[in-house]
Amino acid sequence: MNNLITREDTNLVAKLARTIGASPKLATEASLAQAQAETNVRVGAAVSAGGMTIENLTAGFADFTAVSNISLEIIPNKITAIIGPSGSGKSTFLRCLDRLHEEVRGAWAGGRVLLCGEDIYAAGVDPVQIRRRVGMVFQKPNPFPTMSIYDNVAAGLRLNHFRRVPQLDEKVEQALRQAALWDEVKDKLQQSGAALSGGQQQRLCIARCLAVEPEVILMDEPASALDPIATLKIEELMRELAREYTIVIVTHNMQQAGRVSDFTAFLMMDEDRAGRLVEYGHTKQIFTNPKDKRTEDYITGRFG
Amino acid sequence: MSNSLWRKFVNVLMHAASALSVLLAVTALLAVLGYVLLNGFSALNTDFFLRLPTPVGIPGGGVANAIVGSMIVIGLATLFAAPIGLGAGIYLSEFGDNWFGDLVRYLADVLSGVPSIVVGIFAYALIVSRQGYFSALSAGFALGVMMLPAITRTTEEMLRMVPTTLREGALALGVPRWRTTVSVVLPMGMGGVVTGIVLAIARVAGETAPLLFTAFGNPFWNVDVAKPIATLPHTVYTYAISPYADWHAKAWGTALVLTGFVLCTSLLARRLGRQRHLS
Repeated sequence: MNNLITREDTNLVAKLARTIGASPKLATEASLAQAQAETNVRVGAAVSAGGMTIENLTAGFADFTAVSNISLEIIPNKITAIIGPSGSGKSTFLRCLDRLHEEVRGAWAGGRVLLCGEDIYAAGVDPVQIRRRVGMVFQKPNPFPTMSIYDNVAAGLRLNHFRRVPQLDEKVEQALRQAALWDEVKDKLQQSGAALSGGQQQRLCIARCLAVEPEVILMDEPASALDPIATLKIEELMRELAREYTIVIVTHNMQQAGRVSDFTAFLMMDEDRAGRLVEYGHTKQIFTNPKDKRTEDYITGRFG
Repeated sequence: MSNSLWRKFVNVLMHAASALSVLLAVTALLAVLGYVLLNGFSALNTDFFLRLPTPVGIPGGGVANAIVGSMIVIGLATLFAAPIGLGAGIYLSEFGDNWFGDLVRYLADVLSGVPSIVVGIFAYALIVSRQGYFSALSAGFALGVMMLPAITRTTEEMLRMVPTTLREGALALGVPRWRTTVSVVLPMGMGGVVTGIVLAIARVAGETAPLLFTAFGNPFWNVDVAKPIATLPHTVYTYAISPYADWHAKAWGTALVLTGFVLCTSLLARRLGRQRHLS
């Protein structure tokens, strides 16, 4: 894989960045490279499954640019949090990673998004195929109201195939177990998913997403509509899922980003209102020792 | 008079004016229903529903052929309009965010404003004059054309009410667009769509003008869609303009049956609509 970075490369980039006085972008890349080097073993082992590289991603709607020139690397089997004030393009950025962004009228995107080394925006790539590999959990729980709990989890598998899905029961059970929902719903699988509590509905949506066996899971403020206890459950679940999946989470809640994520990217809009990447690095570093003044101001609650 | 008193006075005045309008509207409705019921009820008996019309001067007989004929014509109209209207509505709601969708929407609104007699002439020119005979089929086509814009627009509106988050939820699972529409969006909006179809049926069931050039009317028993057929509105028309007292009574009776049918269909539509809200 060409996006494997060795320790030598890392040091080189970091040194280079320091010598030329470190433009913010290079600094970001340097810190990212450093972060990667620290998780070198894992990166090397898992880049083929669930790693994403975003290069110069610019996206927006009609004549409005929502995110501008974002480059960063999503490390496999880690949780990457995207934080930033309202309007900084976090959700747009996230929705570009599974090509859901383009479903909105007037939406456009440019740049490259590599999933396991292949550009999902390359000509001839079917967005439907990409979305089976990159799942998404939304802000508001959105189980299909006309379907039972079972059918909700089975939906992705059933609607993606024409023939009967073999071992569907097992797959549904496994997804519900992974989403820590099985024990609560195993006796009422045929009931409507709409009758569950908000937190359960969100875990149902996570199970629905897991059943398709994606490589990456995108979460767009998955707990913002939930109470603190349900939020905690979702966060525990995310830590659990990170063993097998790559997770990217957009959150408004900085404590949440601090609690669950391994890496944090801070987005902020510029004077032209387009969101740009200000800083990206280890969550601990971003929260305790931010390199950019704007990151520090945001983290400490001076704006946003 | 102080300002506050004047305002109170105006308020009472407006309240009274609007209440009066409601009263007038309801009175007109009840008067029509009551008058039809009063005059029509005496004509109703089992023979009226089961027998064919008798020649002038012979008492008895009924409008069985017109009841069945109306059902056939409305059935044909629904068979023609429901699939096309449903498809067009789905297109407008799911894929119609462009100039073509706007054009279709505009044309549907224009079509729903075309006078029904013009639609009748259209069906006459297109089908009857070419085939050389009046038929139930041409009548079904004419009524179907009238139902089309209503079904199209209600389908579109009902499907638009399905939240975008559900569509995105399905798309994010890697479900293709068409499958999302069929399996997620359509089941959500189906109750409303069916209500829309039933309401469209109720609206055209009483149409008379398009039937003059198409169904033509038929005093005999007929279930052949390629032949002229009796219908309830057309029977009301023929009987009412006749010079015979017996036929006048039958016109009232037929009018009552027709009104009852439309009323029941509307009530059914309301019921279906309510069930949708419950679920």
